[in-house]
Amino acid sequence: MTVLEQSGAYHLAPPPAWRPRRDPAPLMPDGEPFRLLGTEAELEGALLRELYGQLVRGRRFNEQATALTKQGRLAVYPSSTGQEAAEVAAALALREQDWLFPSYRDTLAAVARGLDPVAVLSLLRGDWHSGYDPRSTRVAPLSTPLATQLPHAVGLAHAARLKGDDVVALAMVGDGGTSEGDFHEALNFAAVWQAPVVFLVQNNGFAISVPLAKQTAAPSLAHKAVGYGMPGRLVDGNDAAAMHHVLTDAVERARAGEGPCLVEAVTYRLEAHTNADDATRYREAAEVESWREHDPVALMERELRSRGLLDDDGVREAGEAAERMAGDLRERMHQEPELAPMDLFDHVFARRTPQLQGQAEQLRAELAAAEAEHTGTAGGSGSTGHRTDDQGSRK
Amino acid sequence: MSTATGTSSPPGAQPSREPARKPSTMAQALNRALRDALADDPDVHVFGEDVGTLGGVFRVTDGLAAEFGADRCTDTPLAEAGILGTAVGMAMYGMRPVVEMQFDAFAYPGFEQLVSHISRMRNRTRGALPMPLTVRIPYGGGIGGVEHHSDSSEAYYMATPGLHVVTPATVADAYGLLRKSIASDDPVVFLEPKRLYWGKDDWSPERPAEVPEIGRAVVRRPGSSATLITYGPSLPVCMEAAEAAARDEGLELEVVDLRSLVPFDEDTVVASVRRTGRAVVVHESTGFAGPGAEIAARVTERCFHHLEAPVLRVAGFDIPYPPPMLERHHLPDVDRVLDAVARLQWESEWRSGEESGGLGSLGGGVR
Repeated sequence: MTVLEQSGAYHLAPPPAWRPRRDPAPLMPDGEPFRLLGTEAELEGALLRELYGQLVRGRRFNEQATALTKQGRLAVYPSSTGQEAAEVAAALALREQDWLFPSYRDTLAAVARGLDPVAVLSLLRGDWHSGYDPRSTRVAPLSTPLATQLPHAVGLAHAARLKGDDVVALAMVGDGGTSEGDFHEALNFAAVWQAPVVFLVQNNGFAISVPLAKQTAAPSLAHKAVGYGMPGRLVDGNDAAAMHHVLTDAVERARAGEGPCLVEAVTYRLEAHTNADDATRYREAAEVESWREHDPVALMERELRSRGLLDDDGVREAGEAAERMAGDLRERMHQEPELAPMDLFDHVFARRTPQLQGQAEQLRAELAAAEAEHTGTAGGSGSTGHRTDDQGSRK
Repeated sequence: MSTATGTSSPPGAQPSREPARKPSTMAQALNRALRDALADDPDVHVFGEDVGTLGGVFRVTDGLAAEFGADRCTDTPLAEAGILGTAVGMAMYGMRPVVEMQFDAFAYPGFEQLVSHISRMRNRTRGALPMPLTVRIPYGGGIGGVEHHSDSSEAYYMATPGLHVVTPATVADAYGLLRKSIASDDPVVFLEPKRLYWGKDDWSPERPAEVPEIGRAVVRRPGSSATLITYGPSLPVCMEAAEAAARDEGLELEVVDLRSLVPFDEDTVVASVRRTGRAVVVHESTGFAGPGAEIAARVTERCFHHLEAPVLRVAGFDIPYPPPMLERHHLPDVDRVLDAVARLQWESEWRSGEESGGLGSLGGGVR
C-alpha cells in the first residue's frame, strides 16, 4: 500500500475522457468458419442448383483463361481456381443497383455478375486497362494496386447514401491485401461513416509465396473487424451456400443502414499466383492435394447429389453449358483485338493539353508513315520494311 | 498588389449568419470560392482533416460546415489515403469532391491514390469514369513552419500524367482558379501558397475578376528587357525584383505568372521570351529536376534563335527543406533574382557559374 493510499486522501478516478464505445462481443467472428454444405440446414434447391451451374462455369472459365495465357492470348492470368465459391457468391449476393469492386484476381466475380468475359479480360489481354463501362455494369475496374479499391467502395457507398440511393458496395481483397494501409483506412472510414459496404477477404493462404503466418498475427482476418467497430464473419470460402448466405446477409444488413461488415472466406489458391509463378518453390504438393479434397465445385456436386437435386444428366448439362461459354471465349480471344493507338491521348484529360496534342500529332504521323510503308510493301516485292505485318496491322 | 479598401457583403448572404466579412485575403477568397461552389452545385462536397467545426487549420473552410451541414463539409479520420480514396469513390458516383490535405508534406500518404487512380481513372475507363475532384494542398515555405510544413511538392504532381496542377498567386486568382478547378471534369491538384494566405488585395466577391480556363498564364508586368517566369509564392518576389530592376538598373522585366503548371501555357511563355530574348525561371521548389528544368528546356527549344543568354533558374537549393530559422537562406529572394538577371549576358559576355564565383554550380540556388 502506498503512502497516499494509506492516508486515505487520494482516490484514483477513471480518466475523464474514457468511456466504453461499444460491446465487442457481438462483433466477434465465430470460432470456426461457418458452413452449410454437409449440414442439416434447410437450403433452397433452386439456389443450390444456380450456384452449382455458376461454379462449373467458373471453373471452366479459369481453365480456359489459363489455357489462353499459355497460348499467348493473355499477357498474364491470376487464376481463382479453387476460389470459385467466393467469387460466384460475391456476384450473386448483390442486387442490380449494387456495386462490385474487384481486385485483379476477381475476373470471375465480374463474369458471374453477367459481364462479357472478353471485356473483363481486357486488362489481362492488354488491349486496354479496362474493357467495360463501370457505370452501366456497376463493376469497378479490376484493381491491381492491392487494397486501393477498398476506399473507393467506401466513397461510392457513402455518396449513394448521401443521395438517398439504395446502393451497397461489395469490395474484394486478398489476405495479403489486409496488410496494406488502404485496407485499414477503408475499414476505418466505412465504420466511422457507417457506409453500406461489405468487405470480402478471400484468405487463399498465400500472397504470391508468403503464407498467412508471415502476414498477420491476428487470431483471424475476420477478427480485424472488431477493432474498427464492425462485425467480422468467418466463413468456409469453398462452401458456396455458406458464402452466399453470409454475404447476402451482410449486404442486406448494410442496405438496412446497419453499417459495414468484414467477411473472411477461408479458401485456397489451387494454382500458382499467376502463370509466371512457380508454386512448388514455397508449398508442398500434399497441402495442395488436401485442399483438392475440399474443392468448391466437388463439394456442391456432392451436396446436390446427396439431396437428390442432381444426377448425371444434370452434371453433363452444366458441363456442356460451361463448354459453350469456353468455346465462345476461346474463339473470340483468338481474334486479334482492334487496337486504337490514338486512344492513348484521348482520355488522359477531358481535353488534350497543347503538349498532348503535339504528341498525338507525332504518333499520327508515325502511324501514317508506317501505313504507307506497309501498303508499299504489300504492293511491291523485296522490301526490307522494318515493321512486320503483324505490327503494321496492329497500328 | 494593393491593400484592401472598402467593405462589401456577398450576394445572397444568409440573413441568419453574421455579416460576411470582406474576403480580401487569399484565405478568405478561397473560403468564398468553396462557399459559392457548395451553394451552386449540390454534388460538391468538401472534406478533410479539421475542415468542419474548426474551419481548417488555415480557416479556409471556416463557416462551411455551419452553413451547409456536416454532410457537405465533413471532418474525416486522419488518413490522407483514405480521404483521397473515398473521394475517388464519390467521384465515381457522380459527385464533385473537394478535399483538403492539411499541409504539403502531409499529402504524401495519399500519393498512391493520386498517382495510381485519380490521375488514371478516366484514361483506364476510356472516359467512363472521369475524376472531377479537387485536391487542395497548402504548400511552400516562408511561414516559419517546422519540418514537413513547408515543402514545394509541385514537381511530383507535374510528373504524373492525368493531373492538372494549378496554383494561384493573387487573391482574385485564388477565387477564380479554385472555382474553375472545382468545375473541371479533370482532377486538379490545387496548390495554395501558404505565405500568401494572409496577403490582402482589392477584391470584391460581388465582382470577382474573370479568370480564363485552367491552363492560361498571364503577364503580370509587361517589360522588354527579360522575362521572369514564375508562379504561386514566388510571384511577389518577382514583382518586387522587377520594380527594383526598373528603378536601379533601368531594366524592364516582364513577369509571367503561370497560374497552372499543368497544363503549361507554353504559348504565352514563348511569346514573351521571344520578345525579350532573356528568361529566368523563379520558384521555391528545388532546382534539380524541378519545374524550372522542364520550363527552361521548353523555352530553349522553342526560343533558341531569339535567346541572348541561357535560360537561368532561381530555385530552392537541392536540400531537404530547412528548419525555420534557416529558411531565409533557402528561399529565392529579390537579390537572387536580380543576381540571375545580371548574369543574362547584357554585355554579350556569358560567364559560367564557376567563373562568377560558384553561384551557378549544380548544387546552388542560382544557375
